[in-house]
Amino acid sequence: MSADTAGLVVSAFLASAVEFVEALTIVLAMGVTRGWRSTLTGVAVALVALAGITALAGYALAAWLPESLLQLIVGTLLLIFGLQWLRKAVLRGAGLKAFNDEDETYREELEAGRSAGAERRLGLDWFGFVVSFKGVFLEGLEIVFIVITFGLNAGNVPAAAAGAGIAGAIVLGIGAVAHRPLAAVPQNTIKFAVGLLLSTFGTFWAVEGLGVFADGRESLEWPGGDAALVALLAVWATFAWSAIRLLRRGGLAAVEG
Amino acid sequence: MRFIRAFGRFWYDFVVGDDWRIAAGVVLVLAAGAALVATGVSDDVLVPLVGAGIVGVVSVSIIAGARR
Repeated sequence: MSADTAGLVVSAFLASAVEFVEALTIVLAMGVTRGWRSTLTGVAVALVALAGITALAGYALAAWLPESLLQLIVGTLLLIFGLQWLRKAVLRGAGLKAFNDEDETYREELEAGRSAGAERRLGLDWFGFVVSFKGVFLEGLEIVFIVITFGLNAGNVPAAAAGAGIAGAIVLGIGAVAHRPLAAVPQNTIKFAVGLLLSTFGTFWAVEGLGVFADGRESLEWPGGDAALVALLAVWATFAWSAIRLLRRGGLAAVEG
Repeated sequence: MRFIRAFGRFWYDFVVGDDWRIAAGVVLVLAAGAALVATGVSDDVLVPLVGAGIVGVVSVSIIAGARR
């Protein structure tokens, strides 16, 4: 496996693992409080919807868009996603935003499941079905987005899908055995790493994609080619680390003053 | 109508997220980059300019988040 492919698999794995952990928390809470039949039906319907979206979006993007425009569009989206994750990670690292707590989320979902009414539709407990469907669909949509954007831009969708698939198998396997949310997963650290990776690849591809506005419509070239990815990662990591240090050391007072 | 509003809200939350400044800033910086490309500016000048713009965008967003 080449270094590029390994990086792709690791990126998709880490990003997907976080989303799988969040979806698992919701599904477990609904299964325990509302029954497993309706909950797992919601999961299955969400997975079918996600598979359809993946096939359609992947085909449409790859078939209809020139390479530089594809890089610009998915690079821009990836960059926006990555910077949002990075921003939250920096604020959490500086103690200015609460950390994610899967145990707390699980308790809230359990409470919501217990206090909801007992409406039945199509023979299913409707609350359990809808909440598990929404949870899996929304978290899954982020995984689909990451797999498609990383996969298409790197020209290796199967590798990105494999990274996500491995993450799903591990998280769901552990969740099925432990039967409780995976609070021990260092979710906030992983989110920091994913924010760095998404920002790095997003910056790289979005800038390359600006070539669509040049005369030949060819992608722009970064100085050093793909090696620029390493430099970009270093820049984003240094930026995030410096921002956290600055905010922790009272830089906030200077900012406000 | 309710469905359309909910659909729009979903995609807004999905793409724009917690802070609209990031999405708006990234689009603005890339639009400026596109204008520079169209005028024939060399890659060696364009890449650091766009990169600095993106770092500026996230810096503004972090400062705004820290002030809340």
